[in-house]
Amino acid sequence: MRGGIRYIVMFISLVLVQVLVLNQIQVSGYLNPYIYVLFIMLLPLSLPLYIVLPLAFLTGLTVDVFSNTLGIHAAATTFIAYIRPLVSRSISTHEEDRSDYPGMKYNGFRWFLYYTIIMVFFHHAILFFLEIFTFADFVQTFYRIVLSSLFSIFIIVLSQFIVFRD
Amino acid sequence: MRSLFRYLFRNYGFFLFIILEIVALFLVFNYNNYQKVKYLNSSNVVAGSVYNSFNSVVSYFALARVNAELAAENAKLRSRFQTDESEPMIFENKAPAFVPSDSTLFQFISAKVINNSVNKPFNYITLNKGRSDGVKPDQGIISASGIVGVVTNVLESYSMGLSVLNQRWSVSSKLKKNGSLGSLLWDGEDYRFAELMEIPFHVELQLGDTIVTSGYSSIFPEGVIIGTVNAFDKPAGENYYNITVKLTTNFKALSYVEVVENLHVDEIKELEKLIQENERGN
Repeated sequence: MRGGIRYIVMFISLVLVQVLVLNQIQVSGYLNPYIYVLFIMLLPLSLPLYIVLPLAFLTGLTVDVFSNTLGIHAAATTFIAYIRPLVSRSISTHEEDRSDYPGMKYNGFRWFLYYTIIMVFFHHAILFFLEIFTFADFVQTFYRIVLSSLFSIFIIVLSQFIVFRD
Repeated sequence: MRSLFRYLFRNYGFFLFIILEIVALFLVFNYNNYQKVKYLNSSNVVAGSVYNSFNSVVSYFALARVNAELAAENAKLRSRFQTDESEPMIFENKAPAFVPSDSTLFQFISAKVINNSVNKPFNYITLNKGRSDGVKPDQGIISASGIVGVVTNVLESYSMGLSVLNQRWSVSSKLKKNGSLGSLLWDGEDYRFAELMEIPFHVELQLGDTIVTSGYSSIFPEGVIIGTVNAFDKPAGENYYNITVKLTTNFKALSYVEVVENLHVDEIKELEKLIQENERGN
């Protein structure tokens, strides 16, 4: 139960940081970091898909509602929630060493960095292509994905050093 | 039959994933139909009040600038009021964008921008006024320095709209000096500039020419300032100029805006309907 409250607090604070702080950073159209995916990344790995998928959908939908982009965040977060078990399996060398809690502390910096890079990149790629909904400016959209991903990855990894230490 | 159920049960994750993705994509492709998704946008109570309370804290930091803008607008309005009643209603930068010539035609509702973006391909604005304040869909949003957008969704106490910086709509506009009509479209690049289309080559253009709203739609009054011509060229093999317009509104620093209510909008819509019916009859 205490764990549940912890995740609720995490959900609310990540969504608020996303819509009130990061969505307001208007440096350029190339830099739109989305760090709320950390909520989905940090759910326990043993949590069954019938909980993770609806949770991810709901998280995406909440951000959609706040940013008037109905459906695109929901689609992207549902996708990364579905590939999450696959990602964590593929980057873990020793299955038994992997912790149920996919934070940095239990899995090490390297593991967490790979995990973040893959999850964030897939999320951003789906998000930006759905948002613009054309492959016409492929290069430009690709730049947006890469630059925003780098920024998001940096913030997410940094957050593991500062906020989510336990 | 049983083996089918067993198969579905074993792969429930995949099916759940497909169902949720279909729902999400359905929402994406239906979003153009704004009225259908009334509550799933930033004008709903939760999102609206989160933005509103956050904005009530952050807006203190902009108070100095907002005050200066209001004072400048007051001064301009007062000097206009005293000197010349018959002056055309358009002013240059940083001036009141619009003063109605026939005050019974348009009414203005003051509102505050509580959420806004400039760096997405489709940017939206959330306002702290809603149905209870008289805001309705399809009303224009203007600020002291020019046009801002149009209201699309209205709920009880908040509303949201498209900003000019949204590639999903264009503004019917004209050159102030000779009335040539064009439409203004944002290209998704820079929040300070937009493109003006459909101005033919025979129109004489100069850098710095003022672009205003045409008044041909019931959204905006005629003559609200949009921007000035920043650059133009004549692309080979085409009939229309490529014009870049520098927008007078600073979308990065929006605070107080006015929602324009056209008091004759029902009449105009009725007439338009009549015309359409007549056309269909012929």
